[in-house]
Amino acid sequence: MLNENDQSKTWPTRRGVIGKGATATLSVAGLSVLSGGALAMASRKSADENPSNDVGLINTALSLEHEGIAAYQIAAESGLLDNGILQVGVLFQSHHKQHRDELIRAVRTLGGSPVEAKPLNEYANALGADKLKSQADILQLAIGLELGAANAYLGVIPSLADHEYGHLFARLAADEAMHWTALKGAVAESLPESALYFG
Amino acid sequence: MENFILTVAASLALAGAVVEGQNKSPSADAPATVSGDAQRGETLYQRRCGACHSIDQNRIGPKHQNTFGSKAGAVEGFAYSKALKELDVVWNEATLDEWLQNPGAMAPGTRMGFRLTDEQERADIIAYLRQVSEASAAETE
Repeated sequence: MLNENDQSKTWPTRRGVIGKGATATLSVAGLSVLSGGALAMASRKSADENPSNDVGLINTALSLEHEGIAAYQIAAESGLLDNGILQVGVLFQSHHKQHRDELIRAVRTLGGSPVEAKPLNEYANALGADKLKSQADILQLAIGLELGAANAYLGVIPSLADHEYGHLFARLAADEAMHWTALKGAVAESLPESALYFG
Repeated sequence: MENFILTVAASLALAGAVVEGQNKSPSADAPATVSGDAQRGETLYQRRCGACHSIDQNRIGPKHQNTFGSKAGAVEGFAYSKALKELDVVWNEATLDEWLQNPGAMAPGTRMGFRLTDEQERADIIAYLRQVSEASAAETE
């Protein structure tokens, strides 16, 4: 267990965390280029051709992103984070906001209505924010949520009728895995011994 | 190109420098007849289900405190899809196993699309959910 009184030795600087995550960021960017770059939304099937269940599944993913954005907001407002970790949290929250926007666009493309975010206090209750007493508590919550999100995206891909959305979910999962890896580095925890850890 | 190779090499070196010893998939040594392990299931529940579910809080999905023996779509305070409201099953080992394999096949139109393909992982998570439900029932008696 990490000693909170020794944070200056344990917690990395923002530059350090981002630096450790930089290779993952490059990998995600590389995959994006290899797979065709921006989403080809223009080729999307019409709402009539596409099974309506994709809308529901994408809206569930949107709910997940709303919760992720709220979780980082709760963390940022907690007063428990040192500045370096706070800046990384703000960066990751901005990624989740971009995810949210992509998912909203997808739901609307399919003719659906994007699910809206709940009030922040509802997320705080659901996530047990009252139990977060330290930066270490917050980082462990974030690690759990990012891991869960990566696995959730990967687990839903086989259920999506439209492969373009499968591609989108894979890219979202890669971002979540990037966050998880950086956060694991921030708490100085080791990486998995086995491959195929996610999914 | 050289920069790319250096980046890949550095990345591999970084990844190889730190390994975690406790992450072998439980399916690696899965017996022919799968029986669930609730302790393993608790860890798997956090990894596989924890993005959307909690034991004691409705989140993106309903809470799982009393899942075993309950009718589908019956958690108080959770806004279910029409598909779940109309799903006429009681959750037990068999129905949960079918559900986790492919929710959309069991309840077309459900908002849950997550599929758990590993039989051992399903058995472990189901064992954990049973343990949680039994503990919750014992508390209320």
